[in-house]
Amino acid sequence: MTVDGDVVVRLTGITKSFLGVPVLRGVDLELRAGEVHALMGENGAGKSTLLKVLAGVHRPDSGRIEVEGEPVVFATPRDAQEAGIAIIHQEFNLLEHRTVAENVHLGREPVRRGQVDRRKMEADTKSLLDWLGEEGIDPAETVTRLSVAQKQVVEIVKALSTDARVLAMDEPTAALADHEVELLYDLVDRLRARGIAILYVSHRMREVFDLSKRITVLKDGAFVTCALTRELTSDQLVRHMVGRSLDALYPDRASADDLGDVRLALRGAGNGRVRGITFEVRAGEIVGIAGLQGSGRSAIARAIWGVEPFTAGTVEVDGVERRITDPRAAVRLGIGYVTEDRKGEGLALRQSIRDNALLVRRAALTGGAGRRKSDLGELLKSVAVVARGEHQEVRYLSGGNQQKVVLAKWLAVGPRVLVVDEPTRGIDVGAKQAVHRLLRDLARNGVAILMISSELPELIGMSDRILVVHEGAIAGELPAGTGEEAVMGLATGHTRGEVA
Amino acid sequence: MSVVQQKAKLADIVRRDGGRGFSLTPTVTVYLALLALLVVGSILVGLNGGVLLDQGGILNILTRSTVLGLVAVGQTIVIITGSLDLSVAYLVGLCSLVAAETMAGSDGMMVPGVLLALGVAAVVGLVNGLVVTVLKVNAFIATLGVALILRGYLEDNYTGPAGSVPRAFQHLGFDRIGPVPIGVLLMLLVAAAAWWFLKRTRAGYHTYAVGGDIDVARLSGVRTGRTIVTAHVLCAVAAGLAGVFLASRLGSGAPYVGTDAGYDLESIAAVVLGGAALAGGRGGVVGTIGGVLILATLDTIFDDLAVDPFFKDVVRGIVLIVAVALYARRKLTRRSA
Repeated sequence: MTVDGDVVVRLTGITKSFLGVPVLRGVDLELRAGEVHALMGENGAGKSTLLKVLAGVHRPDSGRIEVEGEPVVFATPRDAQEAGIAIIHQEFNLLEHRTVAENVHLGREPVRRGQVDRRKMEADTKSLLDWLGEEGIDPAETVTRLSVAQKQVVEIVKALSTDARVLAMDEPTAALADHEVELLYDLVDRLRARGIAILYVSHRMREVFDLSKRITVLKDGAFVTCALTRELTSDQLVRHMVGRSLDALYPDRASADDLGDVRLALRGAGNGRVRGITFEVRAGEIVGIAGLQGSGRSAIARAIWGVEPFTAGTVEVDGVERRITDPRAAVRLGIGYVTEDRKGEGLALRQSIRDNALLVRRAALTGGAGRRKSDLGELLKSVAVVARGEHQEVRYLSGGNQQKVVLAKWLAVGPRVLVVDEPTRGIDVGAKQAVHRLLRDLARNGVAILMISSELPELIGMSDRILVVHEGAIAGELPAGTGEEAVMGLATGHTRGEVA
Repeated sequence: MSVVQQKAKLADIVRRDGGRGFSLTPTVTVYLALLALLVVGSILVGLNGGVLLDQGGILNILTRSTVLGLVAVGQTIVIITGSLDLSVAYLVGLCSLVAAETMAGSDGMMVPGVLLALGVAAVVGLVNGLVVTVLKVNAFIATLGVALILRGYLEDNYTGPAGSVPRAFQHLGFDRIGPVPIGVLLMLLVAAAAWWFLKRTRAGYHTYAVGGDIDVARLSGVRTGRTIVTAHVLCAVAAGLAGVFLASRLGSGAPYVGTDAGYDLESIAAVVLGGAALAGGRGGVVGTIGGVLILATLDTIFDDLAVDPFFKDVVRGIVLIVAVALYARRKLTRRSA
């Protein structure tokens, strides 16, 4: 039996590499009974990987895992489950058309005389729900009829029904509305009060300060610090998360001479996800958009490109007001969009480099333009795609080369405005620099570029100025070469800036 | 059954739809549709000077439902896992031959004949299941392939009926207990067993889970491959039983008895009519039997009215499409609620 404050799980010196790339380098973590422990870090800091090590999904390359002082090895998720560790993943793991009780016991249904013991299943679920103070949920109700917050409760009950003593929650508020977040706070507090050790992974400063007793910060896969929350200020926390030197060289920024006319102007633009968006992008300029995941930064890009159009405000392209209600309209106005979901939305994976590179030209431009092919080789050379030939299917290319094909697709139609969302996600350092150079060259040639990235060094290194989005609105504008603290401060709502 | 449980049962059947009145579950819908069909059919047949629902008429509907019911009950289980089986029609023919040829008119060979036929069916189901789970071939293609293999075997080895069942075995096909044919009882027995399997056993729960979301099932510790293979074996055995029953009815095995009746697509139609989602995760034996009864009733009414066969198929097609469209609509309104 553990007493509150006892260490339930201790990870020491955990390392993990994927394909030779170190993702975790010697991380320590201690989870104590009856405590909420926040795990923080930027995107790519290794939080999810650490969570998966704890869940038995990944096996660490080295390091120790101890549960109540005993060293353990988790070969499968089931091993971790049996050791009392339960993980609630970001997306729901529930069967929509089965009942609450059926979901809670899935894979572990109690059996009596050869039959599933429904009564026991529902009674057990009921008592767990009661224990959590969630009497409002009926164990016999179908999950599809529950609210998002109630589904989260069911997830938690499912986790607890394995006699979990450690509960790890990955961005639990990501899917919740504000009033539901309050309910979750309350629930986390009740779990904590009942002696469960909680690992709370979140980007959101406010939540972490409200809920946690201790905070562990990771950066670039390494352990930075573990401190009591009350001894940290949010300034210090931000510094722990981002304080590092720029480790890559970025191309020179635009000088005043490089800037041309305003290519894209948004005035008070908004839709269901963002509001009051006002900014301009000039020819020759790279404007960065920073913000946490879910802040609305990608929603702005998708609205500009007509996927989920703006419903309020105006959009001007080259000084003319336009209503862009579908991507085809955007393409015809000379707006290109490099999506963050390269494989899902950016490329037809089973088609050749050639077909992908010419996709937009063939689809959106009429006349003979789609048939011109003489310059395709030129185009592919300009983006420096390394491949066996233009007929190779793009799914066989590396991430970096795939991204170059996506860029080639837009270069093929000579865009005037290019919106790039996470242009270097999941590609190696060399390709990253190539993409950076390519974007800057495009800007020099008069393209207006709007760049979204959750990698702050990249965003700061590339942008001529940075717009920071927080909760669906622009929280402020920062000049070139801003420090990461300033960006994170605005992005987390910790500081308020002047809206340009 | 306690009052609380009865209330829960009722809530299962008629669910309150977010304050916008009551919505019916597919299972209830299909039986209401059956009832409506029986009323309309009775009137039409009555106007034509006949009677739809006298004892003969009811028996006719039930008898028509027997073989399709057996096949469709099995099909229900695979469809709930999110798979499907297109090989059942040839399998019915094959099993009728295996049973009849093994028996070869001898009383002593009745039990071995039945067992061998069911064994062959189980093996075919196992192959279907393994091709789907181990070779990861889409179920449509996998079972179509197995169907083609079975067809090749049948075409190569048979030109017509073969084997013969002993007189004693024909009791299965023609006898009645009271007014009810044994075949109907057999079908209902198999349906009840399948219902018990799906609703009461762990494997049945996992069948729904795999069809509902295979990743969720896997992450929750369900052995998804085993679940799908089991479903295919059970489906094939049900089809095998249908073949054995037909051998008893016909007195011999007949290679194309299953395909002539179109039991492959017909059984899928009955399952879908009964409210199952082709994507898996939803549906049930009770609904399927309702679907089978609707199809059988339609046929009986058409026969009584001596309707043109082309018109018959047109109506069946429309019924199927309308039913599925109605279910899809209901799902959409629920999602937007």
